[in-house]
Amino acid sequence: MTLYRDEGIVLRTQKLGEADRIVTVLTRRTGRIRAAAKGVRKTKSRFGARLEPFTHVDLQLYERRSLDLITQAETLRPYGERLVTDYPRYTAGTAMLETAERLTAEEGEPALRQFLLLLGGLRTLAERDHDPRLVLDAFLLRSLSVAGWAPALDECCRCGTRGGLRGFAIAAGGAVCANCRQPGAATPAPPTFALMLALLRGDWEYADGSEARYRAECSGLVAAYLQWHLEHGIRSLRHVERGPDDAGDPAGTAADDEPITRETV
Amino acid sequence: MYEGVVQNLIDELGRLPGVGPKSAQRIAFHLLAADPADVERLTKALKEVKDKVRFCRTCGNVAEEEECRICRDARRDPSVICVVEESKDVVAIEKTREFRGRYHVLGGAISPIEGVGPEDLRIRELMQRLADGTITELILATDPNLEGEATATYLARLVKPMGLTVTRLASGLPVGGDLEYADEVTLGRAFEGRRLLDV
Repeated sequence: MTLYRDEGIVLRTQKLGEADRIVTVLTRRTGRIRAAAKGVRKTKSRFGARLEPFTHVDLQLYERRSLDLITQAETLRPYGERLVTDYPRYTAGTAMLETAERLTAEEGEPALRQFLLLLGGLRTLAERDHDPRLVLDAFLLRSLSVAGWAPALDECCRCGTRGGLRGFAIAAGGAVCANCRQPGAATPAPPTFALMLALLRGDWEYADGSEARYRAECSGLVAAYLQWHLEHGIRSLRHVERGPDDAGDPAGTAADDEPITRETV
Repeated sequence: MYEGVVQNLIDELGRLPGVGPKSAQRIAFHLLAADPADVERLTKALKEVKDKVRFCRTCGNVAEEEECRICRDARRDPSVICVVEESKDVVAIEKTREFRGRYHVLGGAISPIEGVGPEDLRIRELMQRLADGTITELILATDPNLEGEATATYLARLVKPMGLTVTRLASGLPVGGDLEYADEVTLGRAFEGRRLLDV
Protein backbone atom coordinates (compact mmCIF):
# COMPACT_ATOMS: atom_id res chain seq x y z
CA MET A 1 0.00 0.00 0.00
CA THR A 2 2.16 2.84 -1.23
CA LEU A 3 1.92 6.06 -3.15
CA TYR A 4 3.36 6.13 -6.64
CA ARG A 5 3.59 8.66 -9.41
CA ASP A 6 3.32 8.29 -13.17
CA GLU A 7 2.27 10.28 -16.20
CA GLY A 8 -0.29 9.02 -18.66
CA ILE A 9 -3.04 9.65 -21.17
CA VAL A 10 -6.65 9.21 -20.05
CA LEU A 11 -8.23 6.64 -22.38
CA ARG A 12 -11.70 6.22 -20.94
CA THR A 13 -13.85 7.09 -17.96
CA GLN A 14 -16.76 5.14 -16.49
CA LYS A 15 -19.22 6.30 -13.87
CA LEU A 16 -18.81 4.77 -10.43
CA GLY A 17 -21.37 5.23 -7.69
CA GLU A 18 -22.83 8.66 -6.95
CA ALA A 19 -20.04 11.05 -7.97
CA ASP A 20 -16.93 8.96 -8.73
CA ARG A 21 -15.38 7.61 -11.90
CA ILE A 22 -13.15 4.74 -12.89
CA VAL A 23 -10.45 6.24 -15.08
CA THR A 24 -8.46 4.11 -17.51
CA VAL A 25 -5.02 5.58 -18.16
CA LEU A 26 -2.16 4.47 -20.42
CA THR A 27 0.87 5.43 -18.39
CA ARG A 28 4.52 5.82 -19.30
CA ARG A 29 5.94 3.40 -16.73
CA THR A 30 3.11 1.20 -15.48
CA GLY A 31 1.26 0.55 -18.75
CA ARG A 32 -2.52 0.57 -18.76
CA ILE A 33 -4.08 1.05 -15.34
CA ARG A 34 -7.58 1.55 -13.99
CA ALA A 35 -7.95 3.82 -11.00
CA ALA A 36 -10.77 5.41 -9.03
CA ALA A 37 -11.21 9.20 -8.97
CA LYS A 38 -13.34 10.18 -5.99
CA GLY A 39 -15.90 12.96 -6.40
CA VAL A 40 -14.70 13.81 -9.91
CA ARG A 41 -18.25 14.28 -11.24
CA LYS A 42 -19.06 17.02 -8.76
CA THR A 43 -18.80 20.54 -10.21
CA LYS A 44 -16.52 21.56 -7.35
CA SER A 45 -14.18 18.57 -7.72
CA ARG A 46 -10.53 19.55 -7.40
CA PHE A 47 -9.79 17.31 -10.42
CA GLY A 48 -11.99 19.44 -12.70
CA ALA A 49 -11.31 18.58 -16.34
CA ARG A 50 -7.93 16.99 -15.58
CA LEU A 51 -9.22 13.44 -15.82
CA GLU A 52 -11.20 13.77 -19.05
CA PRO A 53 -10.25 11.48 -21.97
CA PHE A 54 -7.36 12.70 -24.18
CA THR A 55 -5.71 14.56 -21.28
CA HIS A 56 -1.98 13.98 -20.81
CA VAL A 57 -1.76 14.07 -17.06
CA ASP A 58 0.75 13.72 -14.23
CA LEU A 59 -0.77 11.49 -11.55
CA GLN A 60 -0.16 10.50 -7.99
CA LEU A 61 -1.87 7.26 -7.08
CA TYR A 62 -2.41 5.30 -3.92
CA GLU A 63 -1.90 1.60 -4.47
CA ARG A 64 -4.75 -0.55 -3.18
CA ARG A 65 -5.71 -4.20 -3.44
CA SER A 66 -8.37 -3.65 -6.08
CA LEU A 67 -8.62 -0.28 -7.83
CA ASP A 68 -5.83 2.21 -7.17
CA LEU A 69 -6.95 5.63 -6.01
CA ILE A 70 -6.00 8.86 -7.78
CA THR A 71 -4.90 11.31 -5.10
CA GLN A 72 -3.48 14.14 -7.24
CA ALA A 73 -3.60 15.10 -10.91
CA GLU A 74 -1.85 17.84 -12.86
CA THR A 75 -2.53 18.52 -16.54
CA LEU A 76 0.47 18.29 -18.85
CA ARG A 77 -1.45 18.82 -22.12
CA PRO A 78 -5.26 18.90 -22.48
CA TYR A 79 -5.57 17.50 -26.02
CA GLY A 80 -9.34 17.04 -25.63
CA GLU A 81 -9.92 20.81 -25.73
CA ARG A 82 -8.45 21.03 -29.23
CA LEU A 83 -10.19 17.91 -30.52
CA VAL A 84 -13.70 18.33 -29.21
CA THR A 85 -14.42 21.44 -31.28
CA ASP A 86 -13.71 19.52 -34.49
CA TYR A 87 -16.02 16.52 -34.78
CA PRO A 88 -14.03 14.48 -37.38
CA ARG A 89 -10.89 14.91 -35.25
CA TYR A 90 -12.77 13.95 -32.09
CA THR A 91 -14.12 10.74 -33.64
CA ALA A 92 -10.67 9.84 -35.05
CA GLY A 93 -9.18 10.51 -31.60
CA THR A 94 -11.64 8.25 -29.79
CA ALA A 95 -10.77 5.43 -32.22
CA MET A 96 -7.09 5.97 -31.31
CA LEU A 97 -7.84 5.80 -27.58
CA GLU A 98 -9.92 2.66 -27.94
CA THR A 99 -7.25 0.98 -30.09
CA ALA A 100 -4.54 1.85 -27.56
CA GLU A 101 -6.68 0.32 -24.82
CA ARG A 102 -7.33 -2.85 -26.79
CA LEU A 103 -3.70 -3.31 -27.82
CA THR A 104 -2.49 -3.10 -24.22
CA ALA A 105 -4.26 -6.26 -23.12
CA GLU A 106 -2.61 -6.70 -19.72
CA GLU A 107 -3.18 -4.16 -16.96
CA GLY A 108 0.00 -2.96 -15.29
CA GLU A 109 2.31 -4.29 -17.99
CA PRO A 110 4.63 -1.52 -19.23
CA ALA A 111 3.84 -0.42 -22.82
CA LEU A 112 6.18 2.51 -23.40
CA ARG A 113 6.12 2.35 -27.20
CA GLN A 114 2.30 2.34 -27.29
CA PHE A 115 2.28 5.26 -24.87
CA LEU A 116 4.73 7.30 -26.96
CA LEU A 117 2.86 6.43 -30.14
CA LEU A 118 -0.45 7.56 -28.69
CA LEU A 119 1.09 10.75 -27.31
CA GLY A 120 2.59 11.58 -30.72
CA GLY A 121 -0.64 10.66 -32.49
CA LEU A 122 -2.79 12.90 -30.30
CA ARG A 123 -0.33 15.76 -30.64
CA THR A 124 -0.39 15.45 -34.44
CA LEU A 125 -4.18 15.23 -34.44
CA ALA A 126 -4.51 18.31 -32.22
CA GLU A 127 -2.07 20.35 -34.33
CA ARG A 128 -4.53 20.10 -37.23
CA ASP A 129 -1.84 19.98 -39.94
CA HIS A 130 -3.02 16.72 -41.51
CA ASP A 131 -6.33 15.07 -42.46
CA PRO A 132 -7.58 13.37 -39.25
CA ARG A 133 -8.33 10.16 -41.12
CA LEU A 134 -4.67 9.98 -42.27
CA VAL A 135 -3.44 10.57 -38.71
CA LEU A 136 -5.74 7.80 -37.47
CA ASP A 137 -4.62 5.34 -40.16
CA ALA A 138 -0.94 6.13 -39.49
CA PHE A 139 -1.53 5.53 -35.78
CA LEU A 140 -3.38 2.26 -36.40
CA LEU A 141 -0.67 0.92 -38.75
CA ARG A 142 2.11 1.81 -36.32
CA SER A 143 0.21 0.47 -33.31
CA LEU A 144 -0.25 -2.82 -35.12
CA SER A 145 3.48 -2.87 -35.86
CA VAL A 146 4.33 -2.24 -32.21
CA ALA A 147 1.96 -5.07 -31.26
CA GLY A 148 3.80 -7.37 -33.68
CA TRP A 149 1.22 -7.35 -36.47
CA ALA A 150 2.91 -5.07 -39.02
CA PRO A 151 1.32 -5.70 -42.42
CA ALA A 152 3.66 -6.56 -45.31
CA LEU A 153 3.37 -3.64 -47.72
CA ASP A 154 6.46 -3.65 -49.95
CA GLU A 155 6.79 -7.40 -50.46
CA CYS A 156 4.49 -10.37 -50.88
CA CYS A 157 3.63 -11.70 -47.44
CA ARG A 158 3.55 -15.28 -48.79
CA CYS A 159 6.60 -15.60 -51.03
CA GLY A 160 8.59 -12.45 -50.23
CA THR A 161 8.68 -11.19 -53.85
CA ARG A 162 9.26 -7.45 -54.08
CA GLY A 163 7.29 -5.61 -56.74
CA GLY A 164 4.31 -6.78 -58.76
CA LEU A 165 2.03 -6.70 -55.74
CA ARG A 166 -1.57 -7.18 -56.81
CA GLY A 167 -3.69 -7.93 -53.79
CA PHE A 168 -4.11 -7.40 -50.05
CA ALA A 169 -4.84 -10.60 -48.15
CA ILE A 170 -5.84 -9.64 -44.63
CA ALA A 171 -5.69 -13.13 -43.17
CA ALA A 172 -2.29 -13.80 -44.79
CA GLY A 173 -0.76 -10.62 -43.33
CA GLY A 174 -0.65 -7.97 -46.05
CA ALA A 175 0.22 -7.48 -49.72
CA VAL A 176 0.38 -10.48 -52.04
CA CYS A 177 1.81 -10.89 -55.54
CA ALA A 178 -0.22 -12.01 -58.57
CA ASN A 179 0.88 -15.63 -58.10
CA CYS A 180 0.00 -15.80 -54.41
CA ARG A 181 -3.24 -13.84 -54.63
CA GLN A 182 -6.20 -16.01 -53.77
CA PRO A 183 -9.78 -15.39 -54.94
CA GLY A 184 -11.60 -12.98 -52.65
CA ALA A 185 -8.51 -10.96 -51.68
CA ALA A 186 -8.89 -7.18 -52.11
CA THR A 187 -7.09 -5.60 -55.08
CA PRO A 188 -6.09 -2.09 -54.01
CA ALA A 189 -4.61 0.41 -56.46
CA PRO A 190 -0.78 0.74 -56.36
CA PRO A 191 -0.99 4.31 -54.91
CA THR A 192 -2.97 2.86 -51.97
CA PHE A 193 -0.04 0.56 -51.12
CA ALA A 194 2.29 3.55 -51.44
CA LEU A 195 0.05 5.60 -49.11
CA MET A 196 -0.06 2.84 -46.49
CA LEU A 197 3.71 2.55 -46.61
CA ALA A 198 4.09 6.34 -46.33
CA LEU A 199 1.81 6.38 -43.27
CA LEU A 200 3.72 3.54 -41.65
CA ARG A 201 7.06 5.30 -42.22
CA GLY A 202 5.87 8.84 -41.45
CA ASP A 203 6.25 10.27 -44.97
CA TRP A 204 3.67 13.04 -44.49
CA GLU A 205 4.59 14.87 -47.66
CA TYR A 206 3.45 11.91 -49.74
CA ALA A 207 0.41 11.21 -47.53
CA ASP A 208 -0.83 14.81 -47.61
CA GLY A 209 -0.59 14.85 -51.40
CA SER A 210 -2.59 11.63 -51.87
CA GLU A 211 -5.97 11.55 -53.58
CA ALA A 212 -9.21 11.08 -51.63
CA ARG A 213 -10.08 7.76 -53.33
CA TYR A 214 -6.77 6.19 -52.24
CA ARG A 215 -7.23 7.53 -48.71
CA ALA A 216 -10.69 5.92 -48.55
CA GLU A 217 -9.32 2.60 -49.81
CA CYS A 218 -6.42 2.79 -47.37
CA SER A 219 -8.80 3.46 -44.44
CA GLY A 220 -10.96 0.50 -45.39
CA LEU A 221 -8.00 -1.87 -45.57
CA VAL A 222 -6.41 -0.63 -42.35
CA ALA A 223 -9.73 -0.93 -40.49
CA ALA A 224 -10.32 -4.43 -41.84
CA TYR A 225 -6.77 -5.50 -40.97
CA LEU A 226 -7.07 -4.09 -37.44
CA GLN A 227 -10.47 -5.65 -36.78
CA TRP A 228 -9.23 -9.02 -38.05
CA HIS A 229 -6.41 -9.04 -35.49
CA LEU A 230 -8.50 -7.73 -32.61
CA GLU A 231 -11.40 -10.10 -33.29
CA HIS A 232 -14.01 -8.06 -31.42
CA GLY A 233 -13.42 -4.89 -33.40
CA ILE A 234 -13.08 -1.23 -32.42
CA ARG A 235 -16.51 0.25 -31.73
CA SER A 236 -15.41 3.86 -32.34
CA LEU A 237 -14.36 3.13 -35.92
CA ARG A 238 -18.01 3.01 -37.00
CA HIS A 239 -18.41 6.61 -35.91
CA VAL A 240 -15.26 8.06 -37.48
CA GLU A 241 -16.08 10.73 -40.04
CA ARG A 242 -13.99 10.82 -43.15
CA GLY A 243 -14.23 14.59 -43.53
CA PRO A 244 -16.57 17.29 -44.86
CA ASP A 245 -18.43 14.82 -47.12
CA ASP A 246 -19.78 12.99 -44.10
CA ALA A 247 -21.04 16.10 -42.31
CA GLY A 248 -24.63 17.24 -42.19
CA ASP A 249 -26.36 13.91 -41.93
CA PRO A 250 -29.17 14.32 -39.36
CA ALA A 251 -28.35 11.27 -37.36
CA GLY A 252 -24.97 10.31 -38.68
CA THR A 253 -26.36 7.29 -40.49
CA ALA A 254 -23.92 7.80 -43.35
CA ALA A 255 -21.02 8.37 -40.96
CA ASP A 256 -19.29 5.17 -41.88
CA ASP A 257 -19.71 1.77 -43.29
CA GLU A 258 -20.69 -1.36 -41.43
CA PRO A 259 -18.16 -2.75 -38.98
CA ILE A 260 -15.89 -5.16 -40.76
CA THR A 261 -15.93 -8.64 -39.36
CA ARG A 262 -14.04 -11.80 -40.16
CA GLU A 263 -16.92 -12.87 -42.37
CA THR A 264 -16.68 -9.84 -44.66
CA VAL A 265 -12.95 -9.87 -45.34
CA MET B 1 -29.12 -16.33 3.68
CA TYR B 2 -32.60 -15.56 4.93
CA GLU B 3 -35.96 -17.29 4.39
CA GLY B 4 -37.15 -17.19 0.73
CA VAL B 5 -39.22 -13.98 0.55
CA VAL B 6 -36.87 -11.90 2.70
CA GLN B 7 -33.89 -13.00 0.64
CA ASN B 8 -35.85 -12.26 -2.56
CA LEU B 9 -36.47 -8.73 -1.35
CA ILE B 10 -32.79 -8.26 -0.43
CA ASP B 11 -31.72 -9.56 -3.84
CA GLU B 12 -34.13 -7.26 -5.69
CA LEU B 13 -33.09 -4.20 -3.64
CA GLY B 14 -29.45 -5.09 -4.24
CA ARG B 15 -29.99 -4.71 -7.97
CA LEU B 16 -30.75 -0.99 -7.59
CA PRO B 17 -27.93 1.44 -8.48
CA GLY B 18 -25.68 2.29 -5.55
CA VAL B 19 -27.30 -0.28 -3.23
CA GLY B 20 -24.83 -2.90 -2.00
CA PRO B 21 -25.70 -6.13 -0.14
CA LYS B 22 -25.47 -4.49 3.31
CA SER B 23 -27.65 -1.53 2.32
CA ALA B 24 -30.15 -3.91 0.70
CA GLN B 25 -30.37 -5.88 3.93
CA ARG B 26 -30.85 -2.70 5.97
CA ILE B 27 -33.65 -1.44 3.68
CA ALA B 28 -35.33 -4.86 3.69
CA PHE B 29 -35.44 -4.99 7.50
CA HIS B 30 -36.62 -1.40 7.64
CA LEU B 31 -39.53 -2.37 5.35
CA LEU B 32 -40.30 -5.44 7.51
CA ALA B 33 -40.55 -3.26 10.59
CA ALA B 34 -42.41 -0.41 8.87
CA ASP B 35 -46.09 0.40 9.14
CA PRO B 36 -48.07 -1.66 6.51
CA ALA B 37 -49.68 1.55 5.18
CA ASP B 38 -46.24 3.04 4.43
CA VAL B 39 -45.19 -0.09 2.54
CA GLU B 40 -48.51 -0.06 0.67
CA ARG B 41 -47.84 3.54 -0.42
CA LEU B 42 -44.38 2.57 -1.65
CA THR B 43 -45.61 -0.42 -3.67
CA LYS B 44 -48.39 1.73 -5.14
CA ALA B 45 -45.87 4.41 -6.15
CA LEU B 46 -43.59 1.80 -7.74
CA LYS B 47 -46.47 0.28 -9.69
CA GLU B 48 -47.84 3.64 -10.79
CA VAL B 49 -44.49 4.88 -12.06
CA LYS B 50 -44.24 1.91 -14.41
CA ASP B 51 -47.91 2.07 -15.49
CA LYS B 52 -48.33 5.79 -15.99
CA VAL B 53 -44.99 7.33 -16.85
CA ARG B 54 -43.95 7.55 -20.47
CA PHE B 55 -41.77 9.81 -22.57
CA CYS B 56 -43.16 13.08 -23.95
CA ARG B 57 -43.72 12.69 -27.70
CA THR B 58 -42.38 16.21 -28.34
CA CYS B 59 -39.36 16.66 -26.09
CA GLY B 60 -38.60 13.16 -24.74
CA ASN B 61 -38.92 14.22 -21.08
CA VAL B 62 -40.70 11.90 -18.64
CA ALA B 63 -44.44 12.60 -18.70
CA GLU B 64 -47.72 11.20 -17.44
CA GLU B 65 -49.59 12.10 -20.63
CA GLU B 66 -48.75 12.22 -24.33
CA GLU B 67 -46.92 15.49 -23.71
CA CYS B 68 -45.06 16.61 -20.60
CA ARG B 69 -46.15 19.49 -18.35
CA ILE B 70 -43.66 21.91 -19.91
CA CYS B 71 -44.65 21.19 -23.53
CA ARG B 72 -48.35 21.63 -22.60
CA ASP B 73 -47.76 24.94 -20.83
CA ALA B 74 -48.80 27.71 -23.27
CA ARG B 75 -46.93 30.33 -21.20
CA ARG B 76 -43.57 28.79 -22.06
CA ASP B 77 -41.66 30.48 -24.89
CA PRO B 78 -41.94 28.20 -27.96
CA SER B 79 -39.13 29.98 -29.82
CA VAL B 80 -36.29 28.78 -27.54
CA ILE B 81 -35.29 25.15 -27.05
CA CYS B 82 -32.79 24.01 -24.46
CA VAL B 83 -31.15 20.70 -25.39
CA VAL B 84 -30.18 18.44 -22.46
CA GLU B 85 -28.89 14.89 -22.13
CA GLU B 86 -31.31 13.47 -19.53
CA SER B 87 -34.65 14.26 -17.89
CA LYS B 88 -32.86 14.99 -14.60
CA ASP B 89 -31.07 17.87 -16.35
CA VAL B 90 -34.48 19.43 -17.06
CA VAL B 91 -35.21 19.36 -13.32
CA ALA B 92 -31.80 20.93 -12.55
CA ILE B 93 -32.42 23.81 -14.98
CA GLU B 94 -36.04 24.28 -13.84
CA LYS B 95 -34.78 24.78 -10.28
CA THR B 96 -32.85 27.86 -11.43
CA ARG B 97 -36.11 29.56 -12.58
CA GLU B 98 -33.98 31.32 -15.22
CA PHE B 99 -35.32 29.59 -18.29
CA ARG B 100 -38.82 30.07 -19.71
CA GLY B 101 -38.45 28.21 -23.01
CA ARG B 102 -38.92 24.52 -23.81
CA TYR B 103 -36.64 21.50 -23.69
CA HIS B 104 -35.43 18.65 -25.82
CA VAL B 105 -34.05 15.56 -24.08
CA LEU B 106 -31.50 13.68 -26.22
CA GLY B 107 -31.37 10.56 -24.06
CA GLY B 108 -27.57 10.64 -23.62
CA ALA B 109 -24.45 11.99 -25.32
CA ILE B 110 -22.34 10.89 -28.27
CA SER B 111 -19.71 8.44 -27.03
CA PRO B 112 -18.07 6.49 -29.87
CA ILE B 113 -15.96 4.46 -27.42
CA GLU B 114 -19.17 3.17 -25.77
CA GLY B 115 -20.71 2.61 -29.22
CA VAL B 116 -23.17 5.51 -28.87
CA GLY B 117 -23.40 7.51 -32.08
CA PRO B 118 -25.68 10.40 -33.18
CA GLU B 119 -28.21 7.90 -34.55
CA ASP B 120 -28.75 6.51 -31.03
CA LEU B 121 -29.92 9.87 -29.67
CA ARG B 122 -33.13 11.84 -30.30
CA ILE B 123 -31.42 14.09 -32.85
CA ARG B 124 -33.76 13.26 -35.72
CA GLU B 125 -36.72 14.34 -33.53
CA LEU B 126 -34.92 17.61 -32.72
CA MET B 127 -34.38 18.34 -36.41
CA GLN B 128 -38.10 17.75 -37.03
CA ARG B 129 -38.95 20.28 -34.31
CA LEU B 130 -36.57 22.84 -35.81
CA ALA B 131 -37.95 22.39 -39.32
CA ASP B 132 -41.24 24.28 -38.77
CA GLY B 133 -39.48 27.65 -38.34
CA THR B 134 -40.96 28.75 -34.97
CA ILE B 135 -37.71 28.15 -33.12
CA THR B 136 -35.15 30.94 -33.23
CA GLU B 137 -32.66 29.92 -30.52
CA LEU B 138 -31.17 26.60 -29.56
CA ILE B 139 -29.39 26.41 -26.20
CA LEU B 140 -26.97 23.49 -25.96
CA ALA B 141 -26.94 22.40 -22.31
CA THR B 142 -25.23 19.03 -22.61
CA ASP B 143 -22.83 18.10 -19.78
CA PRO B 144 -19.58 20.10 -19.66
CA ASN B 145 -17.48 16.97 -20.15
CA LEU B 146 -15.85 15.65 -23.30
CA GLU B 147 -18.86 13.67 -24.52
CA GLY B 148 -21.23 16.57 -23.85
CA GLU B 149 -18.93 18.99 -25.68
CA ALA B 150 -18.63 16.63 -28.65
CA THR B 151 -22.42 16.32 -28.80
CA ALA B 152 -22.74 20.12 -28.70
CA THR B 153 -20.17 20.46 -31.52
CA TYR B 154 -22.04 17.90 -33.60
CA LEU B 155 -25.41 19.63 -33.08
CA ALA B 156 -24.03 23.12 -33.72
CA ARG B 157 -22.57 21.96 -37.02
CA LEU B 158 -25.82 20.21 -37.96
CA VAL B 159 -28.12 23.19 -37.36
CA LYS B 160 -25.73 25.85 -38.68
CA PRO B 161 -27.30 25.92 -42.18
CA MET B 162 -30.72 26.65 -40.61
CA GLY B 163 -29.63 30.10 -39.51
CA LEU B 164 -30.69 29.70 -35.87
CA THR B 165 -28.96 31.34 -32.94
CA VAL B 166 -27.04 28.50 -31.28
CA THR B 167 -25.71 29.10 -27.78
CA ARG B 168 -23.78 26.94 -25.32
CA LEU B 169 -24.07 27.18 -21.54
CA ALA B 170 -21.09 29.05 -20.06
CA SER B 171 -18.25 27.09 -18.46
CA GLY B 172 -16.07 28.49 -15.77
CA LEU B 173 -15.36 28.79 -12.09
CA PRO B 174 -17.85 27.28 -9.66
CA VAL B 175 -19.36 29.81 -7.25
CA GLY B 176 -17.84 29.44 -3.79
CA GLY B 177 -14.58 27.82 -4.94
CA ASP B 178 -10.92 28.86 -4.78
CA LEU B 179 -9.17 30.03 -7.96
CA GLU B 180 -5.96 28.13 -7.23
CA TYR B 181 -7.77 24.80 -7.31
CA ALA B 182 -9.31 25.39 -10.75
CA ASP B 183 -7.84 23.20 -13.47
CA GLU B 184 -6.29 24.76 -16.59
CA VAL B 185 -9.19 23.92 -18.92
CA THR B 186 -11.85 25.36 -16.60
CA LEU B 187 -9.79 28.46 -15.84
CA GLY B 188 -9.04 28.91 -19.55
CA ARG B 189 -12.75 28.78 -20.35
CA ALA B 190 -13.51 31.22 -17.54
CA PHE B 191 -11.07 33.66 -19.16
CA GLU B 192 -12.59 33.08 -22.57
CA GLY B 193 -16.09 33.77 -21.25
CA ARG B 194 -15.20 36.76 -19.02
CA ARG B 195 -17.77 39.53 -19.04
CA LEU B 196 -17.79 43.27 -18.70
CA LEU B 197 -18.40 44.40 -15.14
CA ASP B 198 -20.88 47.22 -15.51
CA VAL B 199 -21.14 48.96 -12.14
